[in-house]
Amino acid sequence: MQPFTTHTGIVAALDRANVDTDQIIPKQFLKRIERTGFGQFLFWDWRFLPDGAPDPAFELNRAESAGASILLARRNFGCGSSREHAPWALADYGFRAVIAPTFADIFFNNCFQNGMVPIRLDEADVAELFRRAAAAAVAGGQYRMHVDLRACTVSDDAGFSRPFTVDPFRRQCLLEGLDDIGLSLQHDAAITAWEVAHGLAPVRA
Amino acid sequence: MAARTLLDKIWDDHVVCSPAGELPLIYIDRHLVHEVTSPQAFEALRLAGRRVRRPEATFATPDHNVPTTDRRLPIADPVSKQQIDTLRANCREFGIRLFDLGDADQGIVHVIGPELGITQPGMTIVCGDSHTATHGALGALAFGIGTSEVEHVLATQTLRQAKPKSLEVRVDGRLAPGVTAKDLILHVIGRLSTEGGTGHVIEYTGEGIRALGMAERMTVCNMSIEAGARAGMIAPDTTTFDYLRGRDLAPRDFAAAVARWETLPSDPGAVYDRVEIFRAADVVPQVTWGTNPAQVVGVDAAVPAPDAFTDPNDRSSAARALDYMGLRGGTPITDIRLDRVFIGSCTNSRIEDLRAAAAVVRGHRVASTVSAMVVPGSGRVKRQAEEEGLDRVFREAGFDWREAGCSMCLGMNPDILTPGQRCASTSNRNFEGRQGKGGRTHLVSPAMAAAAAVAGRFVDIRGWEYK
Ligand code: SF4
Repeated sequence: MQPFTTHTGIVAALDRANVDTDQIIPKQFLKRIERTGFGQFLFWDWRFLPDGAPDPAFELNRAESAGASILLARRNFGCGSSREHAPWALADYGFRAVIAPTFADIFFNNCFQNGMVPIRLDEADVAELFRRAAAAAVAGGQYRMHVDLRACTVSDDAGFSRPFTVDPFRRQCLLEGLDDIGLSLQHDAAITAWEVAHGLAPVRA
Repeated sequence: MAARTLLDKIWDDHVVCSPAGELPLIYIDRHLVHEVTSPQAFEALRLAGRRVRRPEATFATPDHNVPTTDRRLPIADPVSKQQIDTLRANCREFGIRLFDLGDADQGIVHVIGPELGITQPGMTIVCGDSHTATHGALGALAFGIGTSEVEHVLATQTLRQAKPKSLEVRVDGRLAPGVTAKDLILHVIGRLSTEGGTGHVIEYTGEGIRALGMAERMTVCNMSIEAGARAGMIAPDTTTFDYLRGRDLAPRDFAAAVARWETLPSDPGAVYDRVEIFRAADVVPQVTWGTNPAQVVGVDAAVPAPDAFTDPNDRSSAARALDYMGLRGGTPITDIRLDRVFIGSCTNSRIEDLRAAAAVVRGHRVASTVSAMVVPGSGRVKRQAEEEGLDRVFREAGFDWREAGCSMCLGMNPDILTPGQRCASTSNRNFEGRQGKGGRTHLVSPAMAAAAAVAGRFVDIRGWEYK
């Protein structure tokens, strides 16, 4: 997995609550058996008009979102289906962090497995970030932020800075890009002990 | 020992180890696998040279992609076919039991798990699917996981998890006639919101829950994720034990198992992190009007206007939803006309659901403006329904009678809505495009869906004339 330490990038402001994983990656793209190449299908039904042209009104298609790698959204981001294709699509499109007041549990967990940091901030802080992003767009520019996973802070160039919390274990795995299955297999003796204590035959090595 | 909840007991029993600085590892008793969220996990396993630790604890079936038309014909969509073939090859390679297409017991993974007795009280059960919560109806801790976690469970039979918080949803009193488990859970989600259960496991308690049969309990637990909770559970009781007795994979020493299971219910005085209390008498038949399951009202109400919401997020969500749904605030629900009706999905495709729908349909005809289909949840449900003559009731009324699968719940197979079509659906998600791009989904109970098919618009099932 790609490690994550610090990241600076353009913010795309997606001003919607309850963005579900069906929107992030619609079902017709779940038939692929690969883990890569999903970025082209990200937000398909919102991003493209029926004739296949990009919808200029959609947040990610606007000039201020070009090259964005930090996604800003409202409450309950990533709700619905457990499909990991959603973080795969976001990561493949180029996102390294998602900032929202709250996330759905499964999506939140899935991010960490894909080198992407989900960042929870207060609703008021998120509202402030939306204002700053909008102001930058009105001025014809782009809004940049910095994410520092070592210090667990998120900031911009104009004085905004907030701490955020992540589970220490998930953070460590992300900082080091660890294979967590490998880590879990180091506890093989404990797993076997549990199985034996629960009447299961030991697994042959 | 302090009084413990059902969740506490299952959790404590499954912690393998809790090393300092790491998330606890919990043991997974049953792992269910389907074709959409597993290929990448098997591929990664193969690349790392790992194997499946407990193939005998792992069960697979294709359900999301499968055609619901004649099973003797080849699958027309080559990409769907490839995904199903991949599942087959992976199960063969790793020694996993597969209920394949053409197998008499194939079906939606959350229907066949309980039906075959794979699901049992006190177990931890996972699947790369958010509606795994269904299995909690039997007193298991069951939740959906992502594909990386599927790989983790395949390789280690464990999962890294922080212990979730507990939320008691207590339902006092009993549901009124004509009001179903589906209406109850939609009502609960409407009040909790789509994120009210985030970070929690819901335990449903109270007389209103105890009085429900197994299929109804599954309907309730199934939709826990729609309130943001990864799992929902109901303490096992005689209803549970009677359901499981004699199932193919139920424990052979059933009496001993029951004795174990009887220790599972929450102890008197056990403390939940949060409690929400509902009155069954407040629940009327529900119809969703928006694009998430919490956007719901009673059939006797009207579509709300965005102004009715004080929270700015809710207001803008409502405005966006009404625009997508082609609805105006103030429209009575019973004025909404339908183009399609779908009876199926892991929420409502069990034999009890089909009986309820057939009772409504018997002696009636589907409205000429409506196209309606019934998709049984499993091969077994289909056979049972045919033995009872329900298929004839549906067919004679003008319904399509299909083979088992997820079908138009998510439209990964050819069963989809076309843009603008409006559908009464017994499934669990009314997200934009869920049943087909531009499609408009209203979630309802099987009886309400059946009545809507006949009337061509929503009707209050409590006034239905059964023939
Ligand atoms: S029926 Fe629908 S919700 Fe249930 S498993 Fe299939 S796609 Fe998912």
